[in-house]
Formats: sequence, structure tokens, C-alpha cells
Amino acid sequence: MKSPERKQNFASLRDQILGRGGKEYWRSIEEFADSPEFEEYVKREYPAHGQEWNDPVTRRSFLKVMGATLAFAGLSGCVIQPPEKIVPRVRDEEDVLPGKPLFFATAMTVGGVATGLLARSYEGRPTKIEGNPEHPGSLGATDTLAQASLLDMYDPDRSQEILFHGTPKTWLNFTTAFRAAVAENGKNGGAGIRILTETVTSPTLQSQLNRLRTELPNMKWVQYEPVNADNAMAGARMAFGSAVNPVYDFERAERVLLLDADIFSGANPRYMADAMKTRHLPEVGEQMSRMYVVETTTSLAGAKADHRLGVKPSEMPEIAKAVAAALGVSGAVSTYTKNAVWVAAMAKDLSEHRGRSLVVAGANQPPIVHALAHAINSALGNVGQTVTYTDPLSPYETNQIDQLRELVSDIDAGLVSMLVILGGNPAYNTPADLKLDLARLNNKVPLRVHLGLYVDETAEICHWHVPAKHYLESWGDARAYDGSVTLTQPLIQPLYGGKGIHEIVQLFFRENFEQTDHDIVKGYWQTQNLRPAAAPAAVATEQRPNGAAPETTAPIQAPPSTPVSSGATTFEDNWRKVVHDGFVPNTALPARSITANSAFLSQQSPAPPSGGLEIAILPDPSVYDGRFSNNGWLQELPNPLTKITWDNVALVSPNTAAALQLNRGNDPDEISGGERGTAFINTYGSNMGADTVKLTYQGAEISKPVPVWISPGQPDDVITIFMGYGRTRAGKIGTGLGYSAFDVQRSDAMNFGYGSVAKTGDKVQIATTQIHFNMEGRDLLRVFDVEVFQATPDKWHQEDFYPKSMYKSAYDEVYSKQYAEHNKWGMTIDLNSCVGCNACVIACQAENNIPVVGKEQVERSREMHWLRIDSYFTGGDVNTPEGMHFQPVLCQQCEQAPCEVVCPVTATVHNPEGLNDMVYNRCVGTRYCSNNCPYKVRRFNFLLYQDWDTPQYKLMRNPEVTIRSRGIMEKCTYCTQRISAVRIEAQKDGRPIADGEILTACQAACPTGAIIFGDMNDPLSKIAQSKKDHRNYNLLNELNTQPRTTYLAGLKNQNREMPDYRPLTLPKSHTPAKKAGDKKAGGSDH
Amino acid sequence: MAQFFSKSANNIARISMLTGVVLAGTAFFVYTQVARSSYLTGRYVEKQQPVQFSHKHHVGDDGIDCRYCHSTVETTASAGMPSTQTCMNCHSQIWADSPYLEPVRASFRDNKPIEWERVHDLPEFAYFNHSIHVAKGVGCSTCHGQIDNMAAVYQENTLQMEWCLACHREPEKFIRPRSEIYNMQWKDGDLSAPARLDLKSKYKIRTKEMLTSCSVCHR
Repeated sequence: MKSPERKQNFASLRDQILGRGGKEYWRSIEEFADSPEFEEYVKREYPAHGQEWNDPVTRRSFLKVMGATLAFAGLSGCVIQPPEKIVPRVRDEEDVLPGKPLFFATAMTVGGVATGLLARSYEGRPTKIEGNPEHPGSLGATDTLAQASLLDMYDPDRSQEILFHGTPKTWLNFTTAFRAAVAENGKNGGAGIRILTETVTSPTLQSQLNRLRTELPNMKWVQYEPVNADNAMAGARMAFGSAVNPVYDFERAERVLLLDADIFSGANPRYMADAMKTRHLPEVGEQMSRMYVVETTTSLAGAKADHRLGVKPSEMPEIAKAVAAALGVSGAVSTYTKNAVWVAAMAKDLSEHRGRSLVVAGANQPPIVHALAHAINSALGNVGQTVTYTDPLSPYETNQIDQLRELVSDIDAGLVSMLVILGGNPAYNTPADLKLDLARLNNKVPLRVHLGLYVDETAEICHWHVPAKHYLESWGDARAYDGSVTLTQPLIQPLYGGKGIHEIVQLFFRENFEQTDHDIVKGYWQTQNLRPAAAPAAVATEQRPNGAAPETTAPIQAPPSTPVSSGATTFEDNWRKVVHDGFVPNTALPARSITANSAFLSQQSPAPPSGGLEIAILPDPSVYDGRFSNNGWLQELPNPLTKITWDNVALVSPNTAAALQLNRGNDPDEISGGERGTAFINTYGSNMGADTVKLTYQGAEISKPVPVWISPGQPDDVITIFMGYGRTRAGKIGTGLGYSAFDVQRSDAMNFGYGSVAKTGDKVQIATTQIHFNMEGRDLLRVFDVEVFQATPDKWHQEDFYPKSMYKSAYDEVYSKQYAEHNKWGMTIDLNSCVGCNACVIACQAENNIPVVGKEQVERSREMHWLRIDSYFTGGDVNTPEGMHFQPVLCQQCEQAPCEVVCPVTATVHNPEGLNDMVYNRCVGTRYCSNNCPYKVRRFNFLLYQDWDTPQYKLMRNPEVTIRSRGIMEKCTYCTQRISAVRIEAQKDGRPIADGEILTACQAACPTGAIIFGDMNDPLSKIAQSKKDHRNYNLLNELNTQPRTTYLAGLKNQNREMPDYRPLTLPKSHTPAKKAGDKKAGGSDH
Repeated sequence: MAQFFSKSANNIARISMLTGVVLAGTAFFVYTQVARSSYLTGRYVEKQQPVQFSHKHHVGDDGIDCRYCHSTVETTASAGMPSTQTCMNCHSQIWADSPYLEPVRASFRDNKPIEWERVHDLPEFAYFNHSIHVAKGVGCSTCHGQIDNMAAVYQENTLQMEWCLACHREPEKFIRPRSEIYNMQWKDGDLSAPARLDLKSKYKIRTKEMLTSCSVCHR
């Protein structure tokens, strides 16, 4: 192991990694390089120490446990159940039936943009979030944040009391003190009063604050959150002279250029759905859209792109200018030559799709890029076709960062006497030079009030802290991405006695100051027209692509749809309908007719600063800007690209890592070190080790050491760091994890800047699932070039091994009959539609009561997610790989399941519908099934992961799914509880189950409709159609497990004129051999 | 050295082996009996309820339909326990002053629910649905016994899995016409075996394989 020769291999291995052509598909650099650690790793089912007990087991304790086991063996059936009570209601409530869930329309807001949701409620307890199929911003789908927001609501760490200097007070104490302060500070028009909110798109709150501004004319309202639309609005002002909100119609765009705009990570399921709709290929001969992405850090959009160009942040404006020049934007001149061929070929393609193309700039790009994108869209005739412009969703007179700057200078000047922080966490997430910390506020602002979900960093520096209501507890409204007014309605009384933001603002007024948020919101809408006539520009609300609406039992009966023209409906009727539907119809903001003026190009832009390394700051893909830090589901959710959990890292390219000597071991005794020649490799043993660095950004240094992570596809000499970590008062889960990018972010360098790194010499362990449950380079992922595929689609049909089955007779005798006479459940996952957004993973976790295991257990490969997303790079160059490609893997429900035959207690058995049932109450935990599962989709409760004690979590769990204890194997069963529920209803009605009536949790959450589920015996069903698709294939077909879950191969629509055009490798096990022309040609020698 | 064991030790060994087998068999038999006994299953055990409610009086004497109180038995998994309001529908008029009903009036007055002792308690990993059983022709008395004769309700059957499976394997032995679901006097012999088989196909009761597959009851 410690042989010195190994050390000498170091140089050759580096060449191997950096130079050689590797595997066609690879998941991590370790796999790419075939390092010895990696080989050793994959030989084990679970990593080293993965199988050990957490505590040292002495012989004595072993005997004790074994004795107890023997004593109880066979007596487990004799346990007398503890007596239980039945507690019916005193008075019956309308529509509430015991055990039947109700769905209520509500909405979650991130960055001011609302997504319509349906929350499932069991006897008054919200237990799951679904998308609202009728809401334009959701179409029935959700993102990870919405799915995980449920856990936030029940979080026992949420603030539960009104605090004054840290001591509990009553609401009356607070209102008295607050109103006295308002009276005191309001004397000179409220000159000393500042209200700091996050982005507000709520019409009610805007109206409240506007009224307050008339009553207290000198009061100032400041909006700030770190991920904002400042750049977009500044860019719009450059191009149009006024701030606008661009609304994109990806469905009509055949060529899309994304300038660092990651539409697949944003909280807008609608854009994801639309963008992927144009890439569905239902019939041969149809056209597929093409996506170009120019970006810094590999994003989901970059992974999905047909052509991706990784560039430094400082190059982006140059590239945008080059594109503008190539497309004939007047005044655009470019001297950019670096990627000239790429840009020219791409521009040519765009110019051939006038009116059917779209250029989008990302929120973190400087205003000039946004302005250029507007000018390009205008030059391409896309305005009115694929993009429309509306008024901004929230007042945007000045940029948020300028508002914050003004607030800070007022504070420093001692002009602020009362600061009311409504939501947000500015003590943590403001840039370093404008940090609202105690040092700045103390002795400057005599009264500071904070409304927030947690007693967080901001609560700590405020005199008063009021617990806020979660959105599932409050009434409210907000605008969707297109301006549609969306209503938030509560599912439950505030769990911890929180107060709504409307209620706090109401306290400023002289009368009705104790109104509840319900009365405030309803009162506002009483003054508005709730039934505006359909505007022609209204965005059509279509059914989502993958099926019917989920079974919604809306508790509030919609009034019979009276014609709008009758005008006879009362406000109360309209209000009930709007609350029931979750949004106000026809309130999408009207399109403005404005034209982009490219005069801004003549202005001399300031010379870009230069420095050493370029550093980009992005919101974390899991915990966003840090507001979800205390959410265990999101912390444990593998980051879509690096698969890192529980941490944030700094991404570097392989070349940069080599140049900076990062992530190479320098201690010859260390297993990760050069001794084994595994430099540049993030793995050692079972865990992932990362070098830490001191990272300096714009002259300031991040206080905590920053772990670096080698990310293939990252441009050289660019480091990406992520927000959202380094919290000091997040709660039991989020406190102390990672480093804080807000330590160094500056108001003049919010997204990009320059800096340097210096190695500390320390290493930390990073829990990443990238190489967990690895499939050892088999032919699992199929990606076709669309032209190649469409030329000979039937050539790629996978061979059916059924006739060769050893179990043929058993199948013919028993199963073929059973499968024919029952529903034959099957699932197809369209890899072409999957964008790797992770919504399905969290949806599965919420639906099936899957526990969180913690960072240390993830390092041991014990994460419990039933559904994982494997991601693969393509290409032989580790620096500019293609992809990633995503492949969700869940239980494949094999018809000939290897797991079933090895279970000694028949705890996993087949049912006549083809489901591989997992019977938790029978399982004794031998783990034979997991050993024998070729897909590695079974999860074992090594320890008691489930929280059996916290009362809040008991309320949250899905009552339809058993809570598993320690020593139990568990896995996906296609949401058998949902199948049962629908089956029972259908049986009662004596009808067959309709196609699309059952939606699995992952399917319901998927924004792009990549997951199709249904009865394969119904020839007209979507699932039966998809199984006939030529792209359909089984994983590990050669094992003849006959999985019910199959995959549709991904497609790339490459432009042959592009310099980075690369013919895709074809599936190796199905290269049509000699038998050309044979429909089922294929090398079956595997 | 002399033999350690005398010759008679062989017999002792044989007898003790035999005794061991007999003892093991007896122990197993005792275990099966104990496991099925009312001591462990709670069968036939009358529970004291907070209100001395008599099904014998309400069902047997007054002839109130099951569904008046257990109103969701045809629609949801749970048959539904009546709210206090349901009791008060009648008892605000009759027996309005009875001391027996004071807990009910107190509940209604103070808006505090009555806490009934659960009689039929399935383990949490078994998911039973009343509505589908009723729809498929399983009558109340098939599982709950002659409720109309019970002053205090007790559990008529073991509620063990073998008892569930007896019907799930051969539902045709236990089903009845839907019109007779709430008939407490119904006996399985009231309908001939062929007629019950007809009912099985008429009600589209699923195959034995489906009804005995694990995920029908366990999730």
C-alpha cells in the first residue's frame, strides 16, 4: 500500500486524468481515472465501516442483546397493544371525513415569485405539497424548495415566543410597545422609521405599505434579498428606459440561448415544463428545439444544453456583445475572438429562427448582458413571440442594493430611530460592506424589531423578535412569474403562535390595527375587481404534460360557474372561488409594447477590474440563500451536479486544481495522497476528502476554511462559491455547516469578483453520494444524437430477453395469466425530459416518510432516499466534458426480481399487479435482498433514523405509509398507498382505473413530465405508448430481470456546424452487428 | 478407568430426548393457544367506556341504523365515530336529564370531545378500509358479531392475520347481498353457496392472489 513506486505513478496518472480519452460515460473524476481507491470502493456494497455498528460492541453486550433476541423470538406476536382512545369531534365539520385527505390551494413565494400549490391535509395537518395544476406558474409541478417547505413548517427549532431582549413577552406587550414607538417616531412624518422587507409582490402588502407611506410620508420602505432582480432591472432600464419583467414563452422557442440563466434550477416549474415540451419527440420526423448555454459554473441548464460553452464571468459581456454584433444589433461591435467560431455558428442558427428563438440572461449577469439580451431578442423579432414584457412584479424604482446602501448610510448617519425587519435575515445575508450587524446597529438604531421564522442572526441583534407565520399558516397573496395574483391560504392554525407580515404592518395604523391577516387580505380584495375580463394576452393555463390533475377534493365548493357577463355574482362567491382555485383569473400583467434601444452600447462601459482568480458567487442549489438552512431534507438532498450533501464547497476546474496543487495528498501516509497516485481525486477510502483553502474575494477573506471540489466543466481559473451556509444561528440542523459567502460578498461585486486562494494544509470530509451505489461503468445510460436516431429509429430497439428466461415455464404458468388479468403497473422515465432538478427526490421523501440520516451516515453511504438521480458526464476530456446526463433510479420492480428469491422470511414478494412488495413488518434485516439487487435501490435502516419522539414530526408524516424502525429494509413500491387509494375508489364505483388517475409522488412533482406511470395492459395509456417507443430500454437488460421501470434514451440535438460538435457514442451492447436490417439486431453477447 | 456412565444412562438419554421433543411440542402448542387467546387478542373483553352506551338498546331495541352514527362507513377507511352533536340530536329531546348522559352533555357544553376506549385495534402497519369491504358485500356482523346483542361492545374475533386471510382467501364463504350489510340477524347459511359465488363475480371481487398480496393491507 505504501510502496514508493506508487508515488512515481503520480505524474502518469495525472496525465491519465487530464489527457486521455476515458470512458464514454462517467460519474466522477474517480471513475474517470479508475483510481485504485475507486476500484476498491465499488467492490463493497457499502463503504468501509459502512457495516459496523456505531458503538463498539463488547462480547458482553453482544450476549445480552442476543439473549434478549432469543427470548423475544417468536413472542413478537404476543405483544399486547397499548390501549388507544378514539376521540371524535364534538361538532361535525363540513367536508372533513376521517382518513380522507383534503387538498387546499395555497402558494409559496421565493424571491417574490409565487408558485401555486395544493397542500394535502389529513384531519387538519398538512402532510404533502403538490403543484396546483391550474396555476400558470406550476401546472401541477413543484420544485425542491416547495416540497421541502413542509418540513420547515413543523421544524421544532422555529421561534415560538415573542422575545424582548431574549425574554418571552406577550403579544399585548409587543403591540403596546410597538404602537407607542410608532406614535413616538411617527411625529415628523416617520422620518426615523425604516421597514426592511424581502421582495414584495403581494398586492395587499404593497397597498398596505403605500397607505403607510401616505400616512408617514418620511418613512422609508426598503426591499432587500441577496438573490434579486437588480441586474435584470438595471439591464431593462438600459435597453428600454424603464424596469420591466420579461415573461418568456419557451414553448414557442425553437432555438434558445441562455447566458448563464439556469432556468432549471430556479423556482419556476413552468419554465422547466415549457422548455422541455419543445424537446419531446412523440413521433419520428418531428423537430426538437436546440439549446445553447454560455455559462461559468455548470448548471442544470448547461448540463441539458446541446452545446455548452464554459467561460469566465468577465468574458460574458464580451460574448453577449459578439452575439449581438453577429446578429446585427445596431451599434454592437465586438473585438472578442476567443470563441469566434462557436459564436458565429450559434448566431447563424439563431438568425435562421427569427421570431422562434430566445435569448435569456441570468439574474447574476451584469446589466449590460441583460440589455444585450433584450436587444438581441428585439433584433431577432422575438418580442411578442417568445418574450413579452410586463411591469415589474414589485416596485422597482431603484435597485435593491442601492436601497440597502441608502438604508445603511442613514443608519450610519444616525437618522434611523426605528428599524422594522419583516422577514429575511439581513444580519446574515447582506454584503460585507453593508452588513447589518450589531456593530453597525448598536447605539445607532434605538429600536429594532424583527419578524422571522427563526430566532436567527437577525433576531439576535433586534430588541423585539416576533415569530412569523409559515406560509402554510397564513393568509396572503403574491404574483406569479407572469403577474397572476396567487393566494396563500392557511392549512393549520399557527403551530407556534406566529404572526403574519400583514398583521405587523397593520399595527402602524390608527384604526383596525388588530385585524387578522385573513381580514386584511380579504378586505383588500373587496376593493378590487376579482373577476377581471379575460385579457387577450393572458397566459393559457394548460393541463400539465404528464396527465390529469391529482385527485383534488377541494373543500370549498366552487359556486356553479355563472357566466361572467351576468354580473350577478357577489364578492363572497367570487372570493370563495378565488380561494378555492388559488389564484385570481386573468390577472397576468398585460404585455407592454416597448422596443429595445441599443443606444446603451455607445456608452463607455468601465474597464473591467482585473485580478488573479475570478470568483463567482451563486445561491446554493439546495438551501438557496440560507433561508432553508435548517431543513434536513434539503441539507441531505444531493446537490444536483456535485452530489454533495450537508456542505458547500468551492468549485475549481481540474486544470486549476493541478496548478494550485489542490486536492492532492502531500502526506505519503495518507490514503488519499500522492502515494497512490490519486492526486486531483476527491476520494479516499469510503469518504471524500477535500483540501481547504483560505479564500480571498475582493480583498476580504472568508472566515472559515473553504473546501475545494474539482468540478469537470468548470472553466479554468474560475472558482465558484455558494451562499447559504456558514450560519451561526440557523437551528439544530443548519448551524455551523459550511462557510459563508456573505463574509466577503460586496455591494459592488455581488456576483463576480477577483480573489485568490491559499492552501491551509487541512483536509475535511465531504459527504457526497456521487459514487454511492455505483454501477461500474455498465451500459446504463443511453443518449442518442437526434438525427442519428431519427434516421433509423427501429434499429435501436432493445432486444427482449424474455424468451431466453430460465423461469419461462413458471412465468407462462403463473405470472403471464396474473399479469394479464390485473393492472400491470409500469413506469417509464424519459431521460430526454429529465433535467435533474431533484424535485422527485424530495417529493418521494415527503410522501413516504423517509428519514434524514445526517452527514456522518451519508459518508457511510447510508442515505435513505428511495429515489436517487445518477448523473453521468460524457466525453473523453475531463476539462470540457459534456453533460451531465441525469438518470433517476428507483426500484425497478423487476418481474423476475433477484431480491425476492433470497429473502429468508419472504418479506419481499411479488403481487399480481407486478409490484415488488416490501413487507416491513416481516423484514428481519438480513440485507440479503440488498446484496442481490443489481440496481442498488434498497435502503436499510442501519440505525434508528426515524425521529419517534418529536411530536411535531408525528403530525407531519403521511399516515398512509408505515414508519420504519431500525433493522428494516425499505424501498420504492410505486407509491403503493396511492395505488390502493385509487383502486379502492374505482372498485367501489365498479369501474376500471383511468389512465392518469394514479400519480406517484415523483411523477406528480416532476415539472417536465419525465416520469410516466400507469397500467401497461391499457393499450391507450401513456405508459403503454411509451413502452413501444424505440428509445425505450431496460437497465441491465442482460440480467433478464424484466424491470417494470424502463427508460427512454436521452436525445441531443447538436448543430453539425458547431466547433464542439461531437458524434455521440452509440450504446455498446446494442450496436447492430452483422444482422443489418433485422429489427431486433443487437449484440446479445453481453 | 471405570465407565463414567452406567448402562442405564442410555435409557435416561433416550427418555430425556423424548421428553425434550414432547416438551418442545407442548411449548409450541401452548404458545399457539396463548397467542390466540383472548388474553393477548383482547377478544370477548368488554371495555368500560366513559359513557354507558348500549348498542343493544340503540340497535336492538330502537332499531337505529348503523350508518346513523358510523356515517362514513361507506365512504372512507374509518367507519367514523359519531360526534357529540350526533348524540345530542336525540338526547337534547329524550333522556335530556338522565345522569347517565351527563358526560355527553358536558362534552357538548364544554366543547371537549368524549374519549372512547378503542375496542377494535389493528396494528399500525395494517391498513383496513371499511368502505371497500362494505361495497364488496361484507356485512357488519361478519366481523363485529351481533352488535345488537352487546350491551357493552367487545371484540368478536381475534383480528389476527390468519383470521383476515380466511376471508381474503375465500370471500365467497362470507359475503352477502349489499342489501343485507346492516342486517344483524344475517347468517352465512341464509344464502346458498352457489348464490354467494354468483355474488362474488357480480361484485367483481378480486382473485385470491390479489386479495392475499401483501400490499393490499400493508404499505
